[in-house]
Amino acid sequence: MTVEWGHFALILALVLSLCQVALPLWGLAGRDHALMQTARGTAIGAFLFTLLAFAALTYAYVQSDFSVINVAMNSHSTKPLAYKISGLWSNHEGSMLLWVLILTLFGALVAMARQAIPLPLLAAVLMVQGGVSSAFFAFILMTSNPFLRALEVPAEGRGLNPILQDPGLAIHPPLLYIGYVGFSIAFSLAIGALIHGRIDAVWARFVRPWTLLAWSFLTLGIAMGSYWAYYELGWGGFWFWDPVENASLMPWLAGTALLHSTVVMEKRDALKVWTILLSILTFSLSLIGTFLVRSGVLTSVHTFASDPSRGKFILGILVFFIGGGLTLFAWRAHALRQGGLFAPISREAGLVLNNLMLATMAATVLIGTLYPLVLEGISGDKISVGAPFFEATMLPLFLPLALLQPLGTALSWKRADLWAAMQRLSWAFGFSVLVLCIVLYVTRGGSVLAPVGAGIGLWLVLGSLADVWLRVWRAKAGWVVNLSRLAGLPRSAWGTALAHAGLGISLIGIAATGWGTEVISTVGKGAEVPAGPYRLVLEQVITRNGPDYRETIGRFQVYSDQQKLGVIEPGKRIFIGQTMPKTEAGLMTIGLGQIYASLGDFQADGTVSLRLYWKPLVVLIWGGALVMAFGGFLSLLDRRSRIAAPRKARQLHGDAA
Amino acid sequence: MTERRARHLSFILLFVMLALAALTPLHAVEPDERLADPAQETRARALSSGLRCLVCQNQSIDDSNAPLARDLRILLRERIAAGDDDATITRDLVSRYGDFILLQPPFNPRTLVLWSAPFVLLAAGGWVLFRRSRRMPQLEKPQPLTEQERENLRRLLATDRIDPPAGSPRQGS
Repeated sequence: MTVEWGHFALILALVLSLCQVALPLWGLAGRDHALMQTARGTAIGAFLFTLLAFAALTYAYVQSDFSVINVAMNSHSTKPLAYKISGLWSNHEGSMLLWVLILTLFGALVAMARQAIPLPLLAAVLMVQGGVSSAFFAFILMTSNPFLRALEVPAEGRGLNPILQDPGLAIHPPLLYIGYVGFSIAFSLAIGALIHGRIDAVWARFVRPWTLLAWSFLTLGIAMGSYWAYYELGWGGFWFWDPVENASLMPWLAGTALLHSTVVMEKRDALKVWTILLSILTFSLSLIGTFLVRSGVLTSVHTFASDPSRGKFILGILVFFIGGGLTLFAWRAHALRQGGLFAPISREAGLVLNNLMLATMAATVLIGTLYPLVLEGISGDKISVGAPFFEATMLPLFLPLALLQPLGTALSWKRADLWAAMQRLSWAFGFSVLVLCIVLYVTRGGSVLAPVGAGIGLWLVLGSLADVWLRVWRAKAGWVVNLSRLAGLPRSAWGTALAHAGLGISLIGIAATGWGTEVISTVGKGAEVPAGPYRLVLEQVITRNGPDYRETIGRFQVYSDQQKLGVIEPGKRIFIGQTMPKTEAGLMTIGLGQIYASLGDFQADGTVSLRLYWKPLVVLIWGGALVMAFGGFLSLLDRRSRIAAPRKARQLHGDAA
Repeated sequence: MTERRARHLSFILLFVMLALAALTPLHAVEPDERLADPAQETRARALSSGLRCLVCQNQSIDDSNAPLARDLRILLRERIAAGDDDATITRDLVSRYGDFILLQPPFNPRTLVLWSAPFVLLAAGGWVLFRRSRRMPQLEKPQPLTEQERENLRRLLATDRIDPPAGSPRQGS
């Protein structure tokens, strides 16, 4: 019965979402505040019922209720509990349920946040949120229902794809979806502002915390996905320019641009029209990403055409919300008053350049991802747009942006002195160039791109440190005063510095892939293989049983000179209910680098083919992303963007009285 | 299809069963495939990392463990060992399999829009910004202080501290 209750709760959530559209709309039309207020209750209600539906499906997974088709297809009774639960979002239906759960959660958070959004704007925002969630509820119920029962109940489930049975799967999709879906609030706020025709710096203050939240989670989600791919796949790549990855990169690039343009809007009341457009585009890219991933159009245009019900439904949602949003923008944007003026050399102008570069990068990824589909659809010609294309087009856009970033933060608002800004950063720049020259000399004969990338990364890190230093340090003030100034620096300033430094750290890690080593060979017991400055010795080959798999591993001892550093155990696993083996890479982190080993087939004579890498500084790639996301969260804690600040103030007043 | 393929599907969490049915227990670039001459082997690796595994999703034959990818790797190594240059090998592969096999699409009328889009967009955006910045009303140049203002400033700076205006939020520093 629990499953039927879940099904029913999902239908009720759809009904509540429809109310969340209709009642505030009626209220807005008649300027009826009581009707506008219903938006809050319906939004919270829709979330609670979605949570019930989600809980019911989770229960079915935990109980291994194979009468539910979705559970039977994606679970197995012997799986560990954590993977039974995460198996829920390992498949299309379940992950769409997670998607709407997070969507309605954001709606409920907006409804509950004491952000002092004027009621008509709040009602409009929740109305748009309700519209998006209604569409996706209808999509789930009509084309992708996870609650359907089977007529004949199988005795055992089909099991989860072994690649998905990993902590990576448990964490990656929720993080990514919070990022994707969080941008819906920026979208709804933009639509609300267009409906009212009024927008000012206060609007930017509403949109900023939600954008920061979504962006930080999306950063974590992408980094998590990248690390997961890195250790799962067995040849050590961390980014493949795959359409699925591009689908998450596009909203990230647009969201990054949005974060920067809202700063201009909040501080200087400028770039309003552009910020509104960017809010619409960022969530549109999230929707396009969902469409690309969910419709099956990526696999092949023909697959899409042969079973088009899901794809067409999402395409309809896409056209309605993106087309509607852009039409409203075209119709109403002129009503928005242009704000503050600034000189061509100023912080504002720097941020405009940042937005131009980031928007071009997002557009490049979008065009590169869709071009093969469109070309095949129009002419039938099949072409591939792979990593070489994206590297050739994105690097010339990204490297200048990274090179200019520290200079931008050193410029003052409204009108800046470029020469003075450059002088202030001369130490950071000089030191970066010095390190670059040394590295170029030491690694001469090798790739030039790696030292240049690392040099720019170092410049980003030092530029961020210089930014904090220049804000705080006053030569005459003495240490104590300067330290207290450091502690008193607003959290958003720390957040900015950390996010930019994190980008530099990641860039250093990416550049360092050019200095890695690779060995491919066939090894037997006792064989010795070099991995950069280390060497590995195959001690023995072991076959053993895990909780729900059987694995054969090679136990390698890692040496630095004569000293033993430890053991890594790359191997192959066969999971119960599956027939195909899955490669498990062996990893050892030494400092900031990693030894990465992956095994091929075991031969009858006891030898095995081995791919062994030494990857210096590779940890920085994801470490930098963590620092970036941490910067985002820190900025979110700034009093300027604190969502619940007015409520606390009210409580304080209450206590005083 | 391959593990890489399966991972994409895991990423999109979609055709799970389909991928499993086709997983192969092979491995990309097996030791026995490699050429003895390191220079030739380097060429082979560079060439194969730009060629698409035709039965995979967005994966080079260098990374793929599909049997077809292995066949192509061996084929192009045979050609390299026989003394053919990279351009000839690529041309022959394109004539057999079409542009689809090139991970970097060639520059031709069909890909004109693709290759020019980033630069056209950047230039167009830059042009719009340039026009707008010229149309934007000029900021007034700051005027030097008058004698009276100078005097006021001196007086203000002479006092120990300046009370913040009433109602302004407390600053962190």
